[in-house]
Amino acid sequence: MANGNQPFVQFKNVQKTYDGEILVVKDLNLDIENGEFLTMLGPSGSGKTTCLMMLAGFETPTQGQIMLGDTELNNVPPHKRGIGMVFQNYALFPHMSVAENLAFPLEVRKMSKAETEQKVNRALDMVELGAFGDRRPGQLSGGQQQRVALARALVFEPDLVLMDEPLGALDKNLREQMQYEIKHIHENLGMSVVYVTHDQSEALTMSDRIAVFNDGKIQQLAKPADLYERPDNAFVAQFIGENNRLSGKVTAVNGTGCTVEVAGNAVQSLKVNISGQGDTSTLSIRPERVQLAPEPGSLPNIFDGKVLELIYLGDHIRCRMSCCGDDEFIVKVPNTHQHTSIAKGDDVRVGWEIDDCRALDA
Amino acid sequence: MAAITENDGMMRAADGTPLKQALARATRMNKARAFLLTTPLLAFILVTFILPIGLMLFRSIDTPEVSAAFPKTLAILQEWDGNDLPGEDAYASFASEMQELASDRDTRSMISRAGTRLNYIQSGFRSLMNKTSRRIQRVEEPPFKEAFIKIDKRWGEADTWKTIRQAGSRYSTRAYLNALDLTTSPDGEIVAQPEIKQIYVTLFERTIWVSIGVTVACIALAYPISYLLATLPSGTSNLLMIFVLLPFWTSLLVRTTSWIVLLQTNGVINDILVWIGIVGDDSRIQMIYNMTGTFIAMTHILLPFMVLPLYSVMKTIPRDHMRAARSLGANPMIAFMRIYLPQTVAGVGAGSILVFILAIGYYITPALVGGQDGQLISNIIEYHMKKSLNWGLAAALGGILLAGVLALYWLYNRIVGISNMKLG
Repeated sequence: MANGNQPFVQFKNVQKTYDGEILVVKDLNLDIENGEFLTMLGPSGSGKTTCLMMLAGFETPTQGQIMLGDTELNNVPPHKRGIGMVFQNYALFPHMSVAENLAFPLEVRKMSKAETEQKVNRALDMVELGAFGDRRPGQLSGGQQQRVALARALVFEPDLVLMDEPLGALDKNLREQMQYEIKHIHENLGMSVVYVTHDQSEALTMSDRIAVFNDGKIQQLAKPADLYERPDNAFVAQFIGENNRLSGKVTAVNGTGCTVEVAGNAVQSLKVNISGQGDTSTLSIRPERVQLAPEPGSLPNIFDGKVLELIYLGDHIRCRMSCCGDDEFIVKVPNTHQHTSIAKGDDVRVGWEIDDCRALDA
Repeated sequence: MAAITENDGMMRAADGTPLKQALARATRMNKARAFLLTTPLLAFILVTFILPIGLMLFRSIDTPEVSAAFPKTLAILQEWDGNDLPGEDAYASFASEMQELASDRDTRSMISRAGTRLNYIQSGFRSLMNKTSRRIQRVEEPPFKEAFIKIDKRWGEADTWKTIRQAGSRYSTRAYLNALDLTTSPDGEIVAQPEIKQIYVTLFERTIWVSIGVTVACIALAYPISYLLATLPSGTSNLLMIFVLLPFWTSLLVRTTSWIVLLQTNGVINDILVWIGIVGDDSRIQMIYNMTGTFIAMTHILLPFMVLPLYSVMKTIPRDHMRAARSLGANPMIAFMRIYLPQTVAGVGAGSILVFILAIGYYITPALVGGQDGQLISNIIEYHMKKSLNWGLAAALGGILLAGVLALYWLYNRIVGISNMKLG
């Protein structure tokens, strides 16, 4: 459907308001490639679900265009868009059996009975529910219902499938299992998926690219690893994974690096999202990149710290410290044979590399 | 305590008693308390609902008047072959029983009550009985046969005596036959009433058709409103809900009479139509004191009973169902017909059965705005209760109504299942 270098789905300057006063989506531009698994990640009220609903056709953009291939979608009713959708609470039709649910999209497309039956069976086998065709949705467990919903969105072979927090109602183990299952189905069938969630680990597990939403805007659009390791701004750094934040003032800028003064300590950091000297900045340091008791001089940033609290978590120990004026400074100590033994109240030096310390907006 | 299994395979509690018995003992106290809590309501229902209905239904088959007044005569009439006139002994016993009853102030009324009962079978019988009981006092010696025929020549007809013999049975289904426009010939065959007296079947039919019409109109009006109520944001839908419920807080009488104000020939609606010029001043539309008035007012009054069950069912249908159907490729019409409508069937059923049952026994509205041709079966029941005092017939009409409703309930249960009924 997408030809050449034209993106498969394109949001062009899309804005959306419900009440004419507050923009829930502010000037959104987003290209989705063919066959891509793109996740819209963000806190509730960030506009991600609204974007999905506009793409599905249940909301109209106040301003701007949404393109699917060469067609402008704005005035195409939902049933003519040919986009599969999986809803948060599955939205299975309770008065129909599982097989009838799956046959519904094929019947409204006036497909022949034999072909319908064949496709329904194939879709049921794909989600390993071949024996459940005659059951009512109410007789299935949550995970099974979710798979039926998935199969129903895929049975008519759409090029694009939207998923609106589909795993939100499942318990943790089942959710993780389903994440892999959806990922594998995507790899096998090769359709494009736009997935909405507020769960960052879900987004990191499944996506090709993640668009982090906040306040009606995309804060960053990147691959999972980039998003985690190279956040563009303080919101993304805070939202994805755990993060130590140190607030300070930029005192010097030199090439790709800069010096930020935090509570009297000069911290050498990577210049990412500051305009220049005199700016206030938030430094972002991942807890697992902080080293305990480094050799003096081995790292550019070494400061004094004091252990306030230790929490044993099995694979690692969470150590809450006071460092650079921050009492919530977290260090993750891996639970290995040679890990430094520390106790509450100890004075320990901590240190980190310049590359692991990103100077972001305040 | 852990249950242990004995050789007989029965589960037993730790002390050896069967597990079921132990369970029953443990829950007995709770069951007794629960029953105790329901006894006031149970007693109330028994005294104010089951008992009166039972007594009234009994009255519809209870015909004691003639057999109480003339037991000896009836015994003689049982022997009679019915071809010729009864023998002198029947006349003599009838005369003596009449004289005996009339002699005592307390029993005198039994004659006229028997007359009334006979009058239900054969009109003119009451006056015949009154006339005869007055005149027979002066006849003291036989032949009584001639004396009776002299008083009124109807006593010389076999049919008159057959009528008495028929009315003499202690219990009879005559009231039910009458309620269905049937009667018995003097020989006991079931025949249709004379055409001029056939009113009840027509009235039953009219009542059923009006009830069906009102139910259909209520579905048509309530469905969109309920849909709005269920889908609008809660602020707006609460306001709408108040409008729906407002009639519930207004007296039925006030609502019905306000329809008179609106619909009468010189009422608001006709005035507006004349003012606009749609109808001429001399050809105002008759919208009340006829079937139209009954229909409009009943639909209005019963509408909330359709809205509430529909609303409660629609409220449970997630908005995502329609969206899912649309995203799967169904246009709005197909999505509605195949996804939304089937899920509201339980609500439509519950509302329909409620409205229909209320409509079939509706009394005050047709009485006030129905005029002549807008009267329903309940109005004729009221007539027999209060004016003609034929309680047996009134009870029979009510009994038929009750049986109809129960049959409908059974049918509904068979088709939809009563457990699917959602009333809110």
